[in-house]
Amino acid sequence: MTNPVRPGSTAPQGYGSRSLAGRETTNLGDILERVLDRGVVIVGDIRVNLLDIELLTIKLRLLIASVDTARELGIDWWEHDPWLSSKDHDLIEENRRLRRRLTSLEEGEPGRIEAGTRSRVVREDRD
Amino acid sequence: MTEIGTYVYAIARDADSPDPSGLEGVAGAPVRTVEQAGLVAYVSAVPLDQFGEEPLRRSLENLDWVADTARAHHHVVETVSEAVATAPVRLVTVYTGEEQVGALLERRHDAIAEVLSRVAGRSEWGVKAYAEQVLSPPPSSGDDQGTENPGTAYLKRRQANLRDRNDAWRHAVGEAERVNAALAAVAVASRRHRPQDPELSGREEWMVLNGAYLVDDDRADEFATTLDALRGQGLDLELTGPWAPYSFTDIDLNEASDEL
Repeated sequence: MTNPVRPGSTAPQGYGSRSLAGRETTNLGDILERVLDRGVVIVGDIRVNLLDIELLTIKLRLLIASVDTARELGIDWWEHDPWLSSKDHDLIEENRRLRRRLTSLEEGEPGRIEAGTRSRVVREDRD
Repeated sequence: MTEIGTYVYAIARDADSPDPSGLEGVAGAPVRTVEQAGLVAYVSAVPLDQFGEEPLRRSLENLDWVADTARAHHHVVETVSEAVATAPVRLVTVYTGEEQVGALLERRHDAIAEVLSRVAGRSEWGVKAYAEQVLSPPPSSGDDQGTENPGTAYLKRRQANLRDRNDAWRHAVGEAERVNAALAAVAVASRRHRPQDPELSGREEWMVLNGAYLVDDDRADEFATTLDALRGQGLDLELTGPWAPYSFTDIDLNEASDEL
């Protein structure tokens, strides 16, 4: 291995023969796990609900590492990682709650906030 | 006429922030800046018929679309972060207009400024560790066939193979912990991403470590030396970076959700 490069000087290290073309060859999985999982999370305007992103993240996680594979390896640290377990769950719950509220407000039926829209929201969540 | 939204890539301090001219974002749109409260957000206009809520739901199902968008997003983040301390924003963060982004910078100024201070003069490095998979040995030559029935012999062999495999896993995972601890000692902070599936990593070996380390730029050499010293001890170690500090710029979500 060589010395690390300073930001901006050359292509990143670690890609062996694939590094010549520069950063476009950076492993997609490496990018996805970074752009989806972390970074500043600022909730965009209502047009793009964070819930959508969370759903995507969950799907991609299935791709990034199947839980079975990792568990088979004896790696289960993410189950204790607040980012990957409870916090996500809380976030999804929070988004469901907000989505229900939004739906109710849009429908102009404030009385149905909790109960009335639940089943429809759950269906949406799954598609 | 298509409505236009504002896609946000990254936030930096206004001072020393690079000029985005010539930089292309998602869907090939030119990247612009929104300045407010001493912060600058790198943004581009996106058509809401692609980046509105309902179209995004469909787009996000399409992994090719996600891959293209992620690469375009990453390209902008990386370009900015090469010049200045940067807080990347998560993929597909879209506002209805630049005014809303300005208001966001104002509102979240303190939290963002704190994140930027944390990553200034530092870079993220990725280290993956791979262990050779232990494959089941070929069927036994049949030494034990005389006394045991074939079923029992098979089960015993299988049990022994599994034990070997488990031992190998445990050993590799233990080694990965050691590598992680050594690297984390040189880093300011460390995080572990979930190990990637072979389909994604493109490698058959077990990935037993997928770490991210925030390292002072003036300790980058020391980090690389530390990594090199850990090589040749069973695990194949792969270094990537420097990355924009994606793994170290998350802002508390509870605060964020208050805004809705």
